[in-house]
Amino acid sequence: MMKQEELKKGDHNVNTTTTEPMTTEMKKDSAYVVNNLNLWYGEDQALIDVNLDIKKNEVTAIIGPSGCGKSTFIKTLNRMVELVPTVRTNGEILYHGRNIFDRGYKVEDLRTSVGMVFQQPNPFPKSVYDNVAYGPRTHGIKNKKVLDEIVERSLRGAAIWDEVKDRLHENAYGLSGGQQQRLCIARTLAIEPDVILMDEPTSALDPISTLKVEELVQELKEKYSIIIVTHNMQQAARVSDKTAFFLNGEVVEFDVTDKIFSNPSDKRTEDYISGRFG
Amino acid sequence: MNEQKRELSIREMIQQNKQKKYSQTNVFDKVMPFLLFLSALVSVITTIGIAFTLGFELFKFFERVPVSEFLGKTEWYPMSADPRFGVWALVMGTLQITLIAMAVAIPFGLASAIYLSEYATERARRILKPILEVLAGVPTIVFGFFALSFVTPILKSLIPGLQIYNALSPGIVVGIMIIPMIASISEDAMSAVPRKIREGALGLGATRLEVAVKVVMPAALSGIIASIVLGMSRAIGETMIVTIAGGSQPNFEFNPLNAIQTMTAYIVQIAKGDAGYGTIEYYSIYAVGALLFVFTLLMNVFANWVTRRFREEY
Amino acid sequence: MALPNSEFKNDKNLIDRETVSKRIKMRLQMNEVFKYVFMAGLVFALVVLSTLIYDIVTKGAGWVDLDFLRNFPSRRAERAGLYPALIGTLWLMGLIIPIVFVLGVGAAIYLEEYAPKNRLTSFIEVNISNLAGVPSIVFGLLGLTLFVRAMALGNSVIAGALTLALMSLPIVIVAAQESLRSVKQELRHASLGLGASKWQTTFNVVLPSALPGIITGIILSVSRAIGETAPLIMVGAATFISTTPSGIFSDFTALPIQIYNWTGRPQAEFQNLAAAGIIVLMTVLIAMNSVAIYIRNKYSNRN
Repeated sequence: MMKQEELKKGDHNVNTTTTEPMTTEMKKDSAYVVNNLNLWYGEDQALIDVNLDIKKNEVTAIIGPSGCGKSTFIKTLNRMVELVPTVRTNGEILYHGRNIFDRGYKVEDLRTSVGMVFQQPNPFPKSVYDNVAYGPRTHGIKNKKVLDEIVERSLRGAAIWDEVKDRLHENAYGLSGGQQQRLCIARTLAIEPDVILMDEPTSALDPISTLKVEELVQELKEKYSIIIVTHNMQQAARVSDKTAFFLNGEVVEFDVTDKIFSNPSDKRTEDYISGRFG
Repeated sequence: MNEQKRELSIREMIQQNKQKKYSQTNVFDKVMPFLLFLSALVSVITTIGIAFTLGFELFKFFERVPVSEFLGKTEWYPMSADPRFGVWALVMGTLQITLIAMAVAIPFGLASAIYLSEYATERARRILKPILEVLAGVPTIVFGFFALSFVTPILKSLIPGLQIYNALSPGIVVGIMIIPMIASISEDAMSAVPRKIREGALGLGATRLEVAVKVVMPAALSGIIASIVLGMSRAIGETMIVTIAGGSQPNFEFNPLNAIQTMTAYIVQIAKGDAGYGTIEYYSIYAVGALLFVFTLLMNVFANWVTRRFREEY
Repeated sequence: MALPNSEFKNDKNLIDRETVSKRIKMRLQMNEVFKYVFMAGLVFALVVLSTLIYDIVTKGAGWVDLDFLRNFPSRRAERAGLYPALIGTLWLMGLIIPIVFVLGVGAAIYLEEYAPKNRLTSFIEVNISNLAGVPSIVFGLLGLTLFVRAMALGNSVIAGALTLALMSLPIVIVAAQESLRSVKQELRHASLGLGASKWQTTFNVVLPSALPGIITGIILSVSRAIGETAPLIMVGAATFISTTPSGIFSDFTALPIQIYNWTGRPQAEFQNLAAAGIIVLMTVLIAMNSVAIYIRNKYSNRN
């Protein structure tokens, strides 16, 4: 059964060498524990020996120059990275105490409880309502009343309800870029994930929309654990509790955001945040 | 829905649903790829089917007629008391049609392609390309009617020795039919030549003509060759125009003014005539069909190979 | 040109301006002349197309009326009609479209969404593009052997439809593939990121976005199949028939067959009937193409 699952395109090249069952105790307050994660695109190693302990109900920012592996890393957390056919990984990522690379782990289950917001707003070419209802419907919720409630709750949660409540059945492509991105966040909220991964969610947005998304991130951390990749150091400083600095595929430093930005312990971190490169 | 149920968290609902309906989703995800794969296999099976049916009946034909006669002789009298099956008589008919057609299609097709890709403004292109598309969409039966009832009478008034059924008229019309094909494939190839290369030459003071002939055409050569080869393959396989306007007299003689019979027209003639299953004529259409299939397949394979290589270059 | 301090200062032979400017004039003239030569290629196509239409309309327009559409073929030209052929063509259309939709879209989805990049896949792709160039009469031979004889479907509508469907399949697959390829990768990611399975993503997100393009492709290729004559002759579409099909196993005729039949008669009236038949056939094809263009334009701005 599972063998066929593995054979599906995109997953079939993933060689997850689980050498021995790691006995690392999952701490109760951890969303993710990453142990010795390595990742290759073909021959090129993109992540080198990454170790991170990401806490629940916190905003964890991931920063670093272009090509440092930060985007690859966040896509590994819900195994979206495996859509690239040549990807290989080893090491482990514990989510709720279970290694997500385990053979029996269904990516669909993982992605149901780990939502993702992408760099470019990517609503479906459907109505606002159908966009938000897509996730619940996919997972078998068909009741109209329940869906209505989920849609409203999610749109409110993403602070966009007031702007779209009168045009729920219009095509989502009519919204502005910033509204589209918040709609995508609402779409993610609709399946009530534990963790929300955000891959440079404001890189395509104007400053005002960016601000709205940042405020939203602050509100969301009450209920969700958020991991956000950002190119913008001010953004990391504004929104996050913890920050990880990636360089050439390695985690250089991972600490409380204030510490990283005021008193980094690694010279390279200091050079980066003071704008000497990147 | 009662209040209690609505209080359920979505997360839990999804979990419950998963337990219930996972099997169903799973079935789709397991079965569909396989069904889709099967539909992709249909085309492969079609090719095998063609090769197999042609091969099988061809074998029966060769039990009755020696290969040496089929491929070595030039007389084709399948229905006479002393039947002859020298396929070259039919091949000659097809060859005449193809040569005449290409003589029409290559100059006009390439000229159209060059004009569209190098000279025409965007607006002109938007008006002109649909004309070619319409021409490409005209059914062959219509072209056949046109050849017999319009082109042949005109040609007859110009060339006194022309027979009513001849190779010239259908040849020209097959050529007209192929113009859009050569024009559009060549134009695609020429338009794919990067702007930089064109601008480089124009910047040195070359005229558009010089750029087209000396820069763009050589760069797009493989695409142009592919278009011509595909056009030839179409001409060889074209059936209705030659059946209607070409006649039914197989002749190993190169004279476009006389009636001919092509390979395709012969197949139609026998199929129409209700040749009984198991007769020698019945099997002969498969032999001719097999030859036709091999000719066109080789040309298509060649053309596709050329285009594939050319795509890699940019 | 010559630089003040150049050693070529007085050397006129290096580039003779007069010759150059003469040549330029000639080159520009050539350019101008050939512009019209190339244009002639297109003008020729345009002239042929309009001549063809003019010829057919003058010969046939007077013969197209309600009786022509309602009557059965007859030995007497003035009473002949193409009702059974028209109905037969509609039957073919109705059967071909679902067949090529299921098989063509299925194959395209497999190749674009599921197929691993291996030898078998590229073999299937090469096979499809080669099959697209196989002459229609060869498909007719396949239909005759496989459907008419081996499967004992006889000279039936379904045998004709299956033959034409196999013939159109490669073009439909290629069109559907292009349409699927144009669906943005981000949409797939959005759906997968919500925990939807591969099939759910394909069926609920990718396919709906690609559908207008797919339908346009199908209509265009089926309209080509409908105009085909040779494969139908091979599978034995009747040339003279006094009934319309009552089911998929009935004998049938079709517009191109009826036109071909009339074309072969020596009397001038039948030439006019053939032209009238062509007008009807072309009208059907133009109607189909208009639908395709309408769908394409209506949805082209969506994605």
